[in-house]
Amino acid sequence: MIGQLILNGIAAFLTLCIFSFLYKDNPFYKFAERLVAGIATGYWTMLLYHTNFKPVVWDRLAAGRYEYVIPTLLGLMMWTRFSRNWSWVSRYSIAFYIGISSGITITLSLYASLFKQLEATVKYPITFDGAGLSSLLIIIGVLSALVYFFFSAAHKGTMGVISKLGIYIIMIGFGAGFGMTVMGRVALLVQRVIFLKGYVNSLAGLFGG
Amino acid sequence: MTFLENLMKIDRRWIYLAIGLAVIIPAIASFTVPVTVSSEVKKIYDFVDKIGPNEYLFLAMDYDPSSMAELNPMAEAILKHAFMRNRKVIIVTLAQFGPGMVEEITHRLASEYNRVNGVDYVFLGYRPYPAITIMLMGTDFRVPFPQDYYGTALDSIPMLHGIKNFNNVKGVIDLTAGNTADFWIVYGNGRYNFPLAIGITGVMAADYYQYLQSGQLFGILPGVKGAAEYERLIEQPGEGMAQVSYQLVAHSVIIFFIVISNVAYFATRRQKKTAGGAR
Repeated sequence: MIGQLILNGIAAFLTLCIFSFLYKDNPFYKFAERLVAGIATGYWTMLLYHTNFKPVVWDRLAAGRYEYVIPTLLGLMMWTRFSRNWSWVSRYSIAFYIGISSGITITLSLYASLFKQLEATVKYPITFDGAGLSSLLIIIGVLSALVYFFFSAAHKGTMGVISKLGIYIIMIGFGAGFGMTVMGRVALLVQRVIFLKGYVNSLAGLFGG
Repeated sequence: MTFLENLMKIDRRWIYLAIGLAVIIPAIASFTVPVTVSSEVKKIYDFVDKIGPNEYLFLAMDYDPSSMAELNPMAEAILKHAFMRNRKVIIVTLAQFGPGMVEEITHRLASEYNRVNGVDYVFLGYRPYPAITIMLMGTDFRVPFPQDYYGTALDSIPMLHGIKNFNNVKGVIDLTAGNTADFWIVYGNGRYNFPLAIGITGVMAADYYQYLQSGQLFGILPGVKGAAEYERLIEQPGEGMAQVSYQLVAHSVIIFFIVISNVAYFATRRQKKTAGGAR
């Protein structure tokens, strides 16, 4: 109980240190910021060693699975980036990685992010009910937003009207994004306020307040 | 200098203070706000609810403490729902600072609902490079995760006997604060075609709704509102519902500032134009 209270006290102090930046930069904020960066680096390094390097690389090599020598060598070659004379060696690892990534990514990204989205734009028939009108709105919205970014023709007359509609559609999108962003940012503050409230309540409970 | 011109030059720290006070008010005088459930959240609830006793839910908790305010309530609500209904859950994290947090939540909720690690749920742990890890899991969970987070070989975990890859799970729910959602959509759903839903931060929400229309996602939990809706569905109010009253007051203050700053902007612009015309 007391141990948890002390830990929560440290967390509450660090929370207030971070919030103090809203007034102006100060040593308390710098202390908390660097503490987070230091702990995060140490934590991730050890995590990678114990949950990745040891079971996936070391244990497999030790078990005689020598095919893992190839990715291990490619990984080690990346460290030559630190040497001016030998940094060219790392390009082989990077080329290998980019080659595989491109081969996998291009087809899958085109399918999932472009073709499926294009299909969804005209997926549902335009009818005179709610769903049909939504479908019509989506088609109008997509086309007018695309016209806004079409610069090969002057935005005058019909093109001007459509591009004007396009910018309104884009602004509605930005508005929805802004509203959700505000909710997200407020959630971060609220979560800390709820934590601080809990800490104050537990302190009050301990001292009979 | 007029009042409106003064408003245009107000120190931003006064706004911070107003938002701070707005968030503290519900902490002192608590009140509840009704939460309505949207169809995209209900679909996720129905999905988890209808998983059979021998079927598995795959839960990816791809976030770290910086976004736990929004995503922890979702994770808790989904895990509570799965544990209440005695569903089996395979958990993974593809966020580097996620494992400690995931372990804390799963351990706490498993104790609360008397669920056993390795029998009712399993935590595979963390691997870097989300795209590659997702694709390797699509071939066999044992390739990227020969052992679970606690060092137990996957072959010796009773719950995973006969469970090889995404073909053996009912579907995937990804809770994420970053582009891991894209990786799950492109390399997970795009390649292996399993049912996928996501729980995301508010910042990301507007960018992912189009995937509902295309059928690449069957549901979305958008920020803390999504968490509150899910908590309402499982009738277990948690931090998501607690946050809604705070959100209401904070949003009201922000809307007030947006309105008066726009009024001040247009009024001072008109004054400047009038002064320019008279010159």
